[in-house]
Amino acid sequence: MDITNAEFTSVYLFATEQAKVIGFLHYADLVLSIIIALIVGGILAYVIVRFREKPGDAEPVQDHGNTKLEIGWTVGTGLILAVLGVLTAGVMYSMSPPLGTNQPDVIVIGHQWWWEYRYPKLGIITANELFLPQGMNLLFEVRGADVVHSFWIPAFGQKMDAIPGHPNFLFYKPIRSGIYLGTCSEYCGADHGLMRIIATVLPVARFNAWAHGQAQVPPEPTVAQAIHGKQLFMANTCIQCHSISGTGAKARVGPDLTHIGSRTTLGSGVIPNDLPSLASWITNPQKFKPGCYMPNMRLKPADAHDIAAYLETLK
Amino acid sequence: MTELVFTKQKNINTLNDIHEYHGLWSWVTSVDHKQIGIMYIGTGLIFLLIAALLALVIRIQLMVPMNHFVSQSAYNQIFTMHGTTMVFFMGMPILLGMTVYLEPLMIGARDMAFPRLNAFAYWIFLFGALLLYFSFMGGGAPSAGWFAYPPLTEKAFLFDPGTTYWALSLLLVGVGSVATAINIIVTAFTLRAPGMSMNRIPLFLWMMVIDSFLIIFALPGLNAALVMILFDRLLHTHFFAPNFGGSALLWQHLFWFFGHPEVYILIMPGWGAVSEVIPVFCRKVIYGAGFMAASTVAIGFLSMGVWVHHMFATGLDNTTLYVFAFTSMLIAIPTGVKVWNWLATMWGGSIRFTTAMLFATAFVLQFTIGGLTGVAFAAVPIDWQLTDTYFVVAHFHYVLLGGLVFALISGFYYWYPKVTGRMLSETIGKWHFWLSVVGFNGTFFVLHILGLLGMPRRVWTYPRGMHGWAELNMFSSICSFILVFSFFLFAYNLVYSFFKGKIAGPNPWSAWTLEWATTSPPPPENFDSLPAVNSRRPLWDLTHEPDERVAGIGGQPA
Repeated sequence: MDITNAEFTSVYLFATEQAKVIGFLHYADLVLSIIIALIVGGILAYVIVRFREKPGDAEPVQDHGNTKLEIGWTVGTGLILAVLGVLTAGVMYSMSPPLGTNQPDVIVIGHQWWWEYRYPKLGIITANELFLPQGMNLLFEVRGADVVHSFWIPAFGQKMDAIPGHPNFLFYKPIRSGIYLGTCSEYCGADHGLMRIIATVLPVARFNAWAHGQAQVPPEPTVAQAIHGKQLFMANTCIQCHSISGTGAKARVGPDLTHIGSRTTLGSGVIPNDLPSLASWITNPQKFKPGCYMPNMRLKPADAHDIAAYLETLK
Repeated sequence: MTELVFTKQKNINTLNDIHEYHGLWSWVTSVDHKQIGIMYIGTGLIFLLIAALLALVIRIQLMVPMNHFVSQSAYNQIFTMHGTTMVFFMGMPILLGMTVYLEPLMIGARDMAFPRLNAFAYWIFLFGALLLYFSFMGGGAPSAGWFAYPPLTEKAFLFDPGTTYWALSLLLVGVGSVATAINIIVTAFTLRAPGMSMNRIPLFLWMMVIDSFLIIFALPGLNAALVMILFDRLLHTHFFAPNFGGSALLWQHLFWFFGHPEVYILIMPGWGAVSEVIPVFCRKVIYGAGFMAASTVAIGFLSMGVWVHHMFATGLDNTTLYVFAFTSMLIAIPTGVKVWNWLATMWGGSIRFTTAMLFATAFVLQFTIGGLTGVAFAAVPIDWQLTDTYFVVAHFHYVLLGGLVFALISGFYYWYPKVTGRMLSETIGKWHFWLSVVGFNGTFFVLHILGLLGMPRRVWTYPRGMHGWAELNMFSSICSFILVFSFFLFAYNLVYSFFKGKIAGPNPWSAWTLEWATTSPPPPENFDSLPAVNSRRPLWDLTHEPDERVAGIGGQPA
């Protein structure tokens, strides 16, 4: 995967308004924790040096305890936690306001082991590479198709589990353009670690251009290899799982391939998307993503190459 | 100190001097709580070494990006077995074993209340554990992680029998745990020596009695869930299959209803061990014994009401989440009280830094760090961000390895002379300690940073070019070799000292609780007579005037 253009992956890179709000709570907690750790560590260091056994030590005074002191540090600890508790409540309610009658802008569906992205208001279905407009508060619906996954981009802040039969919602308002990376964050079986997320935040005008392109039916192939590739694609079992709009391929088991040529990676961020990589993926996907549901199709290398040539025309 | 030994058989110096313990048959057929305790602990230690080696494979695999040291499917089996082994086959048997060994000695009893049940519990545990390891040969080890979330564990997604072995094995082990927990409670309530009122039993046992109640109340959640997943897999029911009207979240509730008390079940014996070790090596009575006991009771109750903090990212409504955030923060208060009391016990003492005390000291700081990162997870939005990342891996290793395991090791250095009659080598012990501290903190501290840099847990590998990931993983992996080496050094010390260690005598540490009032190792009958028990420190009372006597639990002189 080519990640050289991506932004630094970190929870401290606030790419959304929501991440920024969590960041505030995170810093508050960090400061409190460091202070407490330093106090405990400091007392411990002092005790180790000061009260180490020395020759001729008398038997220490047997101090059984002090109720006032006990109550004092119980209440003290409680007060620190009360501060944290109030901050937590405030941040929670500001991040996830009531949904009201809002419809989701993006539906994220976790599959074993790839991501489907639907834009119901724009009529777009795509896979593995998410595009978002900058500066708009977007409602996400997160679903699981098979097992539990979790959608998380560190720079976006909150993660949300994708649970079958239990749709979840969350808001992201992207505030920085750029490419942000993530990985599925709930263990989901064989390829959990290879179920990567690539999100691109674009200024609104460029996002609209992208969306316009995605909504188009791709043109027919014109080169001989690609034409042959399309025939092979339609004649083989490819169409049992994949769909390409404007053709007879309409299955929704695997990723939608309508504009696969416009993507930068294959296999949910596992390898770069170019003609040789796509051809070798089609020949044997198990080599790149062991255990994934796309089998080795036992195609002749020349046929795999022609199918790849066709798919690369789908921009 | 011979005049303080309350048994007629005073010529016992090592286990070899007890002819009742000679021969394998005497161990296999034993209903003696000491033999069963030793077998429990020994089995737990063997599983500790196995799980440490599994962890080493994980660290080697993550050393460099896009590594192929082990295959993806082997990796998934290995981290599942590492977690399951550490929780169920290392933590549980060692804590139960320590308790069944020490409880009758601490309260001046001859044996546990139900000796045969005790033996049954050990053997069914062993059988359950071996059943799970048999799965490596029987079609594949489980590969769904130690909390095994369905629908992944449904047959449609994991067809191999690993998950079935896992559920059957944990059911058997769970039966054993509940049996022993009942035994521990009944023994503590019915077999105490004259004068040994509930507020005079040692804090270790106080905590283990509460621990046993937690086992009894928490395990049914797991057992119910295990039966349901077995039915789903074997009888084609659909408890956890959403496509057929089941619920994926049901498992998470049931599992964590068990799973969160379980982490307190694991840590409580650690608290108990350091609450015995710190006073003895500081030559001071435990500070605020009543608050120590009461805070454990509070934690016991609260721990049953915090399980949803493992599910903050499942999209439950804010009100539900906040209730559980509140209880989770509340539990930090009694936990904090314990830390302050340990520090107050050390304050003004005359501290002997034996290996046992060194481990107890490191425990206090490492457990505090683990506790503080734990509070971060109670703050729901931080949990939304960091759950299921390497930050959480760092957190629970600070609590369970830097906390629990360090405390147990402290307890081993403290009680090993009582169990075997010989001292553990302090020279090897000091090496063991420093290698453990460096190895542990080196391996796990950087994992906090990896979590903040967005590395999710349980990933087989990660892409090249992620800022900082390769360097931090490499550093962690190198330190993990030091850590695993330190465990093998410990094992060597246990074996070496068993044959060559210095003869300990009945009470090498000048400790104060009843287990030190008999020979090391104790004879099968433990005691022939007992000292008067007028306080929580009967052996202290024998050498001190009454007005110096220790207060009982509650702060009042008992």
